[in-house]
Amino acid sequence: MSTDPRFGGPGPDEVWRTALDEGRFLLQHCRTCHACRFPPAMVCGACGSSDLEWKEASGSGKVYSATTVRERDNSYNVSLIDLAEGARMMSSVGGVAPDEVRIGMEVRARIVREPEAIVLFEPKEGGAW
Amino acid sequence: MVSHPLRGRAAIAGIGNTKRWNAPGRTPFDQMQEAAILALEDCGIGLKDVDGLFCAISSSGLPVLNAAERLGVSVRHADGTMVGGASFLFHLQNAVSALDHGLCDVALVCYGSNQLSAGGRLVSMPDPQPYEAPYRPRYPISSYALAAARHMHDYGTTRENLADVAVAARAWANLNPDAFARGPLTRDEILSSRMVSDPITRADCCLVTDGGAALVLTRADRARDLAKPPIYVLGTGTAISHRQIAAMPDLTTTAAVESGRRAYDMAGVGPSGIDHVMVYDAFTVTTLLFLEDLGFCSKGEGGAFVSSGAIAPGGALPVNTNGGGLSCNHPGMYGLFTIIEAVEQLRGDCGERQVPGAEVALAHANGGVLSSQATAILGTAATI
Ligand SMILES: [Zn+2]
Repeated sequence: MSTDPRFGGPGPDEVWRTALDEGRFLLQHCRTCHACRFPPAMVCGACGSSDLEWKEASGSGKVYSATTVRERDNSYNVSLIDLAEGARMMSSVGGVAPDEVRIGMEVRARIVREPEAIVLFEPKEGGAW
Repeated sequence: MVSHPLRGRAAIAGIGNTKRWNAPGRTPFDQMQEAAILALEDCGIGLKDVDGLFCAISSSGLPVLNAAERLGVSVRHADGTMVGGASFLFHLQNAVSALDHGLCDVALVCYGSNQLSAGGRLVSMPDPQPYEAPYRPRYPISSYALAAARHMHDYGTTRENLADVAVAARAWANLNPDAFARGPLTRDEILSSRMVSDPITRADCCLVTDGGAALVLTRADRARDLAKPPIYVLGTGTAISHRQIAAMPDLTTTAAVESGRRAYDMAGVGPSGIDHVMVYDAFTVTTLLFLEDLGFCSKGEGGAFVSSGAIAPGGALPVNTNGGGLSCNHPGMYGLFTIIEAVEQLRGDCGERQVPGAEVALAHANGGVLSSQATAILGTAATI
């Protein structure tokens, strides 16, 4: 075999999905510049290094932007969350009416199975609104 | 200042616009072929002289092959770059370079769509987004809604400001007999329109239409001997910042900053030297973002600028004079139509909506979810 051992094993999307199915929310961190990368990829978006490592996310974040998707008899929130580690992800904030989700709201991640595991957020207890 | 080597080296010799915004019984390739024929007839060049083919189409992964077969053109240079609605301005930049280097002599850029008559929904190439899909954003509306919401938060932009973009577009459409949506439209009607993804209502969204458009480009020397006055490509610029909206660094500042700077640098002009502006208005918020990012007003002041009446007929800066994607047409990838209208304005062919004495026009297109940005600056013979 002449494949490059640095890129052996399952790819980053597969690693992330497998961990989430096991109840762990992982994020990639650059060993060179320490930037956090999400969604998963094979290079650091900040410096271009391919030397990335996986770490469990703290689950803390802040709403960067939010919208309420309006259907005929259902409304739900779609938000962009700035994670404490520095990456941004799309998700949904629950536990509060969709149009009560505010930019800047502090939120905490939880993994929900519906039935596929996904990361959702809810307002942090005592968090600043 | 030394002129950029590509400034004015190629010209748009012919344009084609089917203006068939609702045409059942026609495929996207029918629209594309008709537009190509019209563009070639416009400048008096035969199909057999086309040797550079540039196209993108929402419903086909192999647009160049399909177009080449149907048109029977003998292609020695081709580009099927697919970056959404901005694709054709990426093609334009590549066509200018290919012509200048002799890789082709007659470049045909073409597009067609039957989006409305085929069912009235935005047709997208298969491109799964596993990190977005579980949250069920309305694609692409929710992505633009997230940008609008953040712009409102950071700069105090209001829904009234957004509505005024659509009001201005409709006022221009009412001067364009070929616009699909005409008739009175008030700010209150827009504000009371059905909310789709806050803060974007149905009336903040572009139309869904059919349509086809095409350009023929040659080197400048040849263009001077053709049927219509050449419209010179003074500058082009392109930039890409992300695919999915979560990966956009700052939702209130697009890569139009970079594409615009590149185009201005090549053309040797700045925003104050532009007589006529076309910006891709997929949603009302995109007009605000691009006017800011291209330097027509400061960051955060797009709302006040638009609500002052600046971009409507009679205002200081004529923007989207065909009625835009909001009121003229939007076949899915509208970018090519920004060039069509800019060329018509510079030729002085726009009748009631003509910008008097327009010599320099800027056309800007967007693709994906504010993902790809491309700017072109065009000029009349007086600018060469
Ligand atoms: Zn790095």
